[in-house]
Amino acid sequence: MFGRLNWAAIPFDQPVVMIASGTVGFVIFCVLALVTIKGWWPYLWREWITSVDHKRIGVMYLLLALLMLVRGFSDAMLMRSQLALAAGHAQGYLPPEHYDQIFSAHGTIMIFFVAMPFVVGLMNFVLPLQLGVRDVAFPVLNSVSFWLTAAGVLLVNASLVVGEFARTGWLAYPPLSEVAYSPGVGVDYYLWSLQISGLGTLLSGINLLTTILKLRAPGMGYRQMPIFCWTALASNLLIVASFPILTATFAMLLLDRYCDFHFFTNDLGGNPMMYINLIWSWGHPEVYILILPAFGVFSEVVATFSGKPLFGRRSMVMATMAICVLSFLVWLHHFFTMGAGADVNGFFGIMTMIIAVPTGVKIFNWLFTLYGGRIRFTVPVYWAIGFMVTFVIGGMTGVLMAIPPADFVLHNSLFLIAHFHNVAIGGVVFGVMAGISYWFPKAFGFTLHERLGKAVFWCWFIGFYLAFMPLYVLGLMGATRRMQHYSNLHWQPLMLVALAGALLILLGIALTGVQLAVSIRQRERNRDVTGDPWNGRTLEWSTPSPPPAWNFSHLPQVDRPDAFWAMKQQRGGAQNRNVKRTYETIHVPRNNPTGFYLAFFAVLLGFSLIWRIWWGTGLGLLGAIVVCLMQAWRTDTEVEVPAEKVAAFERLHGPKESTV
Amino acid sequence: MSAAEQALASGDAVPLSLRGPAPTRVVAGYGFWLFLLSDIVIFAALFAAYAVLSGESAGGPTAADLFDKRHVLIETACLLASSVTCGFGSLAVQSGDRNSTYFWMAITFILGVTFLSLEVSEFSHMLSIGAGPSRSAFLSAFFTLVGTHGLHVTIGLCWLIVMLLQVATLGFQPMVSRRFFCFGLFWHALDIVWIGVFTIVYLGAHL
Amino acid sequence: MSTEIEAQGMAPGVNVHTRGTRGSYLIGLSYAVVLTLASFWASSTDVIYSPGVPILLGVLAIAQMGVHLVFFLHISSAPDQTNNILALAFGIFVVGLLVFGSMIIMAHLNHNMMPMNKLMQMQR
Repeated sequence: MFGRLNWAAIPFDQPVVMIASGTVGFVIFCVLALVTIKGWWPYLWREWITSVDHKRIGVMYLLLALLMLVRGFSDAMLMRSQLALAAGHAQGYLPPEHYDQIFSAHGTIMIFFVAMPFVVGLMNFVLPLQLGVRDVAFPVLNSVSFWLTAAGVLLVNASLVVGEFARTGWLAYPPLSEVAYSPGVGVDYYLWSLQISGLGTLLSGINLLTTILKLRAPGMGYRQMPIFCWTALASNLLIVASFPILTATFAMLLLDRYCDFHFFTNDLGGNPMMYINLIWSWGHPEVYILILPAFGVFSEVVATFSGKPLFGRRSMVMATMAICVLSFLVWLHHFFTMGAGADVNGFFGIMTMIIAVPTGVKIFNWLFTLYGGRIRFTVPVYWAIGFMVTFVIGGMTGVLMAIPPADFVLHNSLFLIAHFHNVAIGGVVFGVMAGISYWFPKAFGFTLHERLGKAVFWCWFIGFYLAFMPLYVLGLMGATRRMQHYSNLHWQPLMLVALAGALLILLGIALTGVQLAVSIRQRERNRDVTGDPWNGRTLEWSTPSPPPAWNFSHLPQVDRPDAFWAMKQQRGGAQNRNVKRTYETIHVPRNNPTGFYLAFFAVLLGFSLIWRIWWGTGLGLLGAIVVCLMQAWRTDTEVEVPAEKVAAFERLHGPKESTV
Repeated sequence: MSAAEQALASGDAVPLSLRGPAPTRVVAGYGFWLFLLSDIVIFAALFAAYAVLSGESAGGPTAADLFDKRHVLIETACLLASSVTCGFGSLAVQSGDRNSTYFWMAITFILGVTFLSLEVSEFSHMLSIGAGPSRSAFLSAFFTLVGTHGLHVTIGLCWLIVMLLQVATLGFQPMVSRRFFCFGLFWHALDIVWIGVFTIVYLGAHL
Repeated sequence: MSTEIEAQGMAPGVNVHTRGTRGSYLIGLSYAVVLTLASFWASSTDVIYSPGVPILLGVLAIAQMGVHLVFFLHISSAPDQTNNILALAFGIFVVGLLVFGSMIIMAHLNHNMMPMNKLMQMQR
């Protein structure tokens, strides 16, 4: 009846897991109870769950990512504290099979359910506003993408309580991930949650790419497009071209596991190395999917707070697109040691060094933008400068490991771990944090608490250096990754420093929560009434904060980059920017529960497949098909916003003529 | 030549990229075009796996032992013919001709079903002689690559039924025409994949 | 249908210059049939120098894909098709890289490393 599922799947014997999941369950129960008692369900359903507004969906992506950051970071704390203890004869408190699940879950969650939703959420929120249009190309599909990602999140977290997670590392290399060596449901949890959320990411990539290429304000050609849109263009191109590889590779591994195929098995001609080759031809572009939008955020932040147009805009665009193409030509540097030989290793080593060049170009562009500018040292600028310092170090160690002989020494060592955290935290996390504090007032109508924001920055910045610089040294001393215990007592002091760094980052994450709470309490004091709190340059600042469902009452007319800056110059100040005073009826997409229903059936489908509950699989599939068919026959897809309502909104929130 | 085309040719018009948001028809078509490209990348990964693993027959039957060219030629003929009938059907949709749409799309459907039944008979024959996907890496890759194409054809046929029901219930609304148009793109793209399949898998087997 | 060119170019398949007619579909079909038959013939004939056959098959397949793109999917080089062509070019780039890159890498690997079954036997 329930396939492999029975009471033994719930780890009653592991107190750490039971306490953790019990606490999480209790918190979820309390939240649900609060929502029910307060009667917030209709509001949540109407305004958030069924919303197809790109701004709401973007915010939900960011909330999801923040939540998962806490989950992924608690895994990190477990690992750091285990390694601080488990030296010499001490064995720490985590047994190896549990530790293996923790590092696998940490990597999977941080990449797929923290970094990706952060980046996709930012792009979702910002792109239509910067492009000067009313929504993304396919609003309902956008909601479907988000809810599929959420379905993946739910499945990954279910593995904590019901069953187990993969013990294979975050990319589940075969033959270890094959049924012969991982007979449990851990790898199945990994594969199905990533297949479901990967589909969501692919659909979101198609959606945003179509938005950038086909929906822009009149007059906004590619030469007038803001830099963040350019980096998002490159990032989404990479999503559309590389996520299918991931889907296909996972599908092959699933066939191996479920149907006794022999793609990556040791016997009957299978080749595990083919999996590694395929997964990294997705995995390297993925790195740039994450970092390119962060580069875009820094470009916007640096230009805005220097009060200058971005230095070398053309070279910035060219560097972005060069990275987009080159990122498909370097994947072998993740497995130099597999034995493809000197010719192949040499080629990919050189390509890896070449891809560092456009990144260097970008660094100089930001530096020259800052140079001679009137810099306002706000929180986003802190993150941007912290990024430049940190990312250069990470880039240098990357180029170092691009040399195949050096990589043979450093491969799978803590040096590598330090390197990619150096670029992932110093690049992606710093970028997202800069983006959140930069665009928060646009989303909610008030700015975040400035001093707490700076405290968060310093915690992350110093914490990062404390946590990862020792790992570089440890790597050179011979410490490997995925190591649950070590016998060399000389490593312990450095491990303790790393733990201190992780604790400081923990403080930073906690302070983010405090910052949000304090900012919400003091929102009236920090209210953004102009819609342009930073003296911005791009179109998202030309509309009120928070923007109406239709974003722009009139589509802006653009004739140059930094379009809003030009408008302010021409019309003498921010107040008088809107000359037209007649309004037309606007059509906005109607709320749609399709995404939520699809995610429900996707969870049912995934969970049933993981536990081999075949009737549940059939039910999930059938449900998904019925939901799709219902969507296909839905004809009332739009809501009319009458011109009077638009006019009333503009009178209330729009620019005031009389205040000049 | 229309006025817009002349304006475009003379070069003094506003460039296409500066004209503001595109109409829904263009947006939907382009989005689906991107989806098709991503689908082609899935096939590329499967082709890569087949290319790498096609020699690994692990002592079992090899490609040259198994594949019958005449069978494949008939399959190819079905798909090519269905491409043209699908094209005629799309023209009928554009001109809003309901009966003609039903006629050509029904023929497309029949040709698709014929193709699928040929493929199923080939697969069941292979399974019956012990050349199933579990026999070797080569056969795993073969069944996955050709089977994925077959799965796409199956999805296409289901989609076609849904589209015909939509025409019957909703008529040629812009929404329905857009979807029919995307279906046409999908069907033609499957043919392009099939060219790769018969060249690399079936013809390549006998080299 | 109107032939007006709209903002941001056209969707693929909506080509104002080579819009599909029954005639164009039939022309496309005849090209495709000729190329298909040529492929099947080339794979079984002795007339052609045998190492050249795979190259010929590749050329014929690419030509037929081109025919399908032009006559069935109505892709052209017109200005309103620029985005479609660019997306297609990027797709072809990735497909080529993935297929040929994997083949080259795995061939080198097989050349340099011991086959998996031998390796497994050594570990016994």
